[in-house]
Amino acid sequence: MAATAPANAESVLKIVPHADLRNVDPIWTTAYITRNHGYLVFDTLFALDENLEVQPQMAAGHAVSEDGLTYTITLRDGLTFHDGSAVTAEDVVASLKRWGARDGMGQKLMGVTASLEAADDKTVVLTLSESYGLVLQSLGKISSNVPFIMPKRLAETDPNAQVEEIIGSGPFKFVADEWQPGNQVVYEKFEEYVPREEPASYAAGGKVAKVDRVEWRYIPDAATASQALLAGEVDYYEQPAVDLLPMIQSDPSIKVETVDPLGTQGVIRFNFKYPPFDNKKARQAAMWAVQQADYMYSIMGDPAYFEEFCGAYFMCGGPYETDIGSEALREKDIEKAKALLAESGYDGREVLILDPTDIPVAHGQSLVTAQALREIGMNVKLVAMDWATMTSRRAVREAPEDGGWNIFPTWWLAADQLNPVTNISVAASGGNAWFGWPENQKIEDLRNAFAKETDAAKQMEIIEELQAELYDFVPYIPTGQYYQPTAFRDNVNGVLEAPVPFFWNISVE
Amino acid sequence: MSLHVQELSFGARLKHRARVVVDSFKRNPTMLFGVAVLLLMAGLAFLAPWLGLPDPMQQSPRDRLQSPSPDALFGTDMYGRDLLSRVLHGGQVSLVVGLTVAALATSFGLAIGLVSGFVRSVDAVIMRLMDALMSIPSILLAIALVALWGSSVPNVILALTIPEIPRVVRLVRSVVLMLRDQLYVQAAIACGTSTPRILVRHILPNTIPPLIVQATYICAQAVIFEAYLSFVGAGTPPEIPSWGNIMAEGRMFFFQSVGIILYPGAFLALTVFAINTFGDGLRDSLDPRMQRRV
Amino acid sequence: MYAYIIRRLIATIPIMAIVAVFVFMLLHLSPGDPAAIIAGDFATEEQIIKIREQLGLNDPLYIQFGSWLVNLLQGDMGQSIYSGLPVTKLIGQRLEPTLMLTLCTMLIAITLAIPLGVIAAWKVGTWIDRMVMTLAVFGFSVPVFVIGYLLILGGSRTLGWFPVQGYTSILESVPGFLSHIALPALTLGAVYMALIARMTRATMLEVLNEDYVRTAYAKGLATRKVLVKHALKNAMVPISTTIGLGVALLIGGVVVTESVFAIPGLGRLTVDAVLRTDYPVIQGVILVFSFTYVLLNLLIDLSYVLFDPRIRY
Repeated sequence: MAATAPANAESVLKIVPHADLRNVDPIWTTAYITRNHGYLVFDTLFALDENLEVQPQMAAGHAVSEDGLTYTITLRDGLTFHDGSAVTAEDVVASLKRWGARDGMGQKLMGVTASLEAADDKTVVLTLSESYGLVLQSLGKISSNVPFIMPKRLAETDPNAQVEEIIGSGPFKFVADEWQPGNQVVYEKFEEYVPREEPASYAAGGKVAKVDRVEWRYIPDAATASQALLAGEVDYYEQPAVDLLPMIQSDPSIKVETVDPLGTQGVIRFNFKYPPFDNKKARQAAMWAVQQADYMYSIMGDPAYFEEFCGAYFMCGGPYETDIGSEALREKDIEKAKALLAESGYDGREVLILDPTDIPVAHGQSLVTAQALREIGMNVKLVAMDWATMTSRRAVREAPEDGGWNIFPTWWLAADQLNPVTNISVAASGGNAWFGWPENQKIEDLRNAFAKETDAAKQMEIIEELQAELYDFVPYIPTGQYYQPTAFRDNVNGVLEAPVPFFWNISVE
Repeated sequence: MSLHVQELSFGARLKHRARVVVDSFKRNPTMLFGVAVLLLMAGLAFLAPWLGLPDPMQQSPRDRLQSPSPDALFGTDMYGRDLLSRVLHGGQVSLVVGLTVAALATSFGLAIGLVSGFVRSVDAVIMRLMDALMSIPSILLAIALVALWGSSVPNVILALTIPEIPRVVRLVRSVVLMLRDQLYVQAAIACGTSTPRILVRHILPNTIPPLIVQATYICAQAVIFEAYLSFVGAGTPPEIPSWGNIMAEGRMFFFQSVGIILYPGAFLALTVFAINTFGDGLRDSLDPRMQRRV
Repeated sequence: MYAYIIRRLIATIPIMAIVAVFVFMLLHLSPGDPAAIIAGDFATEEQIIKIREQLGLNDPLYIQFGSWLVNLLQGDMGQSIYSGLPVTKLIGQRLEPTLMLTLCTMLIAITLAIPLGVIAAWKVGTWIDRMVMTLAVFGFSVPVFVIGYLLILGGSRTLGWFPVQGYTSILESVPGFLSHIALPALTLGAVYMALIARMTRATMLEVLNEDYVRTAYAKGLATRKVLVKHALKNAMVPISTTIGLGVALLIGGVVVTESVFAIPGLGRLTVDAVLRTDYPVIQGVILVFSFTYVLLNLLIDLSYVLFDPRIRY
């Protein structure tokens, strides 16, 4: 039955999330909404802070052996799961193993792991088989899939199935009875949670729950959602459309802030298995046919919220920013694009662009791409669907005419795209790569070299070589870098600046 | 009341009906209004490509969400496309969907209804099927069908047609059942006239007037349902400007630029209103039973 | 009477069976692979095949149908492909808003539309009649969501009288419930009101020409008494049939209205499920809707006894 009214003394933070929470297992899916849910319920061993450095979170600290192959991690005191049991090293080991089976970065870490064991209740020992530069970056990964820690009994679930129960050790408890998919998700403050002493900074520092209840109210219609915010029916609107901001901002009791300072990258992804985009020239043609500004004006509207141009595959403003090789993206040259397309041997076949019409950021990218490709003479068909349908359609490996696809639009947070290891859309390992399944040994070698390199200058050299190759190979078109604003009422205090919306540290008057 | 009509020859009956229709236009100015609006809408929609308007699909991201101006009388949408051009072109899809659904649903319904009413052995089976189909809310069925088949204009037409068929079948069947017992039909049967001939010669003409009326309502409903389908995201492909699509895409901007929903909404409402008044007028003239009422 | 009810109930069985077969076939013969959805983003071919086996999707259709039906008869509609929650639970969570929205709409529509229809029939041919009838045709012609947005614009945004969206359970707060339900019910009611008002007018016109009504007038009975006691009572049978059949229209409108006002009801559940091809949920919801529709029309048939003592079952 529906929720009974919370007692008066309870403080409630009412949020319109960016999507409906459909799956609750953050290891099983990479969906951002499930990741955000995960951060409320689960805790992490390590966490990224605002200087993009990894700090201990559940860990009290760690020690690395002299040869750099053995990591000994100690858990801090007072960690308890929501079912009352204490967090032990066994739970951590089981959780990391399940994560390592699903997550791309986790798989890389497990690939160089000789053993991962609990030495005692409080101590986890990770032994590597070879030196590896990204151990802490992996364990402190901020975005999907985040290595959340679950009780061992849940972490032993088959990585390909979803966990049956959501029990974490994070600052909020998931109220399973009140979860109504398509409508609401409810979290209650976990009284026994012991936050760290340090101030909150990204995912690191003290995660202090300052409200008794967090309620997610999913409102799919953007206009209705902003009206609800204006009317005070909700406190916090995670991703209002930029077009609605002037209206929202006309109310002085509402604050609009860009909570994620790192930004988001728009992505147009090709299918490498089928013509015409199995041919490099066709992908290059597409890149010459488009320009970032068209995308950005379409999906964000207001130039205050996007970069006029960003030629970096690994994000502007990030540690690996460079614009090497980005000419094709900077300029639009229809003639050159036509010439490249002709070289590719394009035969006029139909090109299917998946078009998730319920997500403006994705829908706009599809429309702009369709128009640009038509301009260079491609026979484009937009296939309309909703986002959820697209996420299953893009996994289809059959030919486009048999239910597959040629192009789909999406976006990634900077937190995911910042380096070549977490940026799985540059991965080019063929059948195991992200949807589209590109294959390019040089890119894979450079990514591996980057992961093993510990010297910053040398890493940058690798990045430059890699990006030049990326612009030649075109695993996807980065359609621009934009910044997603968040709107909340002035009774909401303590909203953290971070690439992930965190709901601790926030109080409601 | 209706018997004297049946005694006339087919040609004379047609003439008679045509006169009734003309008379009813005179008596019924709202019907005239309906027809005029409908013709205007159809004209605007199908002549839109020659009206010198911008291409309804041409995006121009930097000119998005412009307010109405002499260059763009209705302003532009969120991709900088000309709203007036889209709304006018949008009429094509809506009208084609409405008319085709009406034509298909009445044809299929007529065929099934005639069989069901005249061939008693299959009647029970057909009617149970129709009852079952009718018990599924039509819009839900249509949404499910489009979602499963994929969005395209033909799929939308088919998905809107299927739920309408049972109502037509029921209507036709009831007319057939009523007529079967009439003396002249019984006489024809007794004379050994073949069933198809009886159907075509004696039954079919009498089903036409109520069917035409029904068809106008189906058409009106189909135009609205097409918009519903697009609104919930299971309609015609969104890049095709249909009134439903324009409103579905524009709903986000309703509170800033009311026109993005109001213009296509007004065109749609006016069209449906016109079809409905036309249908009401037809019913008053063609359906003798109703003639007595008004 | 009881024999009739039982006979009618039995007659619904083949209808529901056909609906069940139809819905099942529809979903299972359409493209889309639930196993791929369940397997998630990074599943390999093998994992998908394994899940397909676990779900029994490789079995012949009739076996799948059989096991689905057996479960269904035990009240088990399966689980949502996405959330893994039982379909019955999902439907249960969403039942109240939709039920209350439909009931309130019917209540508003009937109390407004029948008097309007009666007055139109009484004043037939006058401007009152024409206005009521024109309004009714407009009710048919304006899309539900346009009405909804206009009401939000006027009632919520400009006047600030009503909340913009959402639903409050009647058990939780009656004023909260009323303020949340008012605009959606009005929105949804427009078409339904138009339907009932037209039917009322048409039937009343017919009844008003009957001998007994003329007799009643001749006896010198007050107009109101004639209209309500004699004419309307006799017109109620076709009117209630329309009310029943119109529920199909309502259900269609519910889907759109719930989406405009963000009401967490069955309509939105259905649309979400359909757009995501969440097969078990679609099957469950369509069955529930169809069953309700059939049952409601049975109840209405039975209600004729109230209006027309000549009808006996």
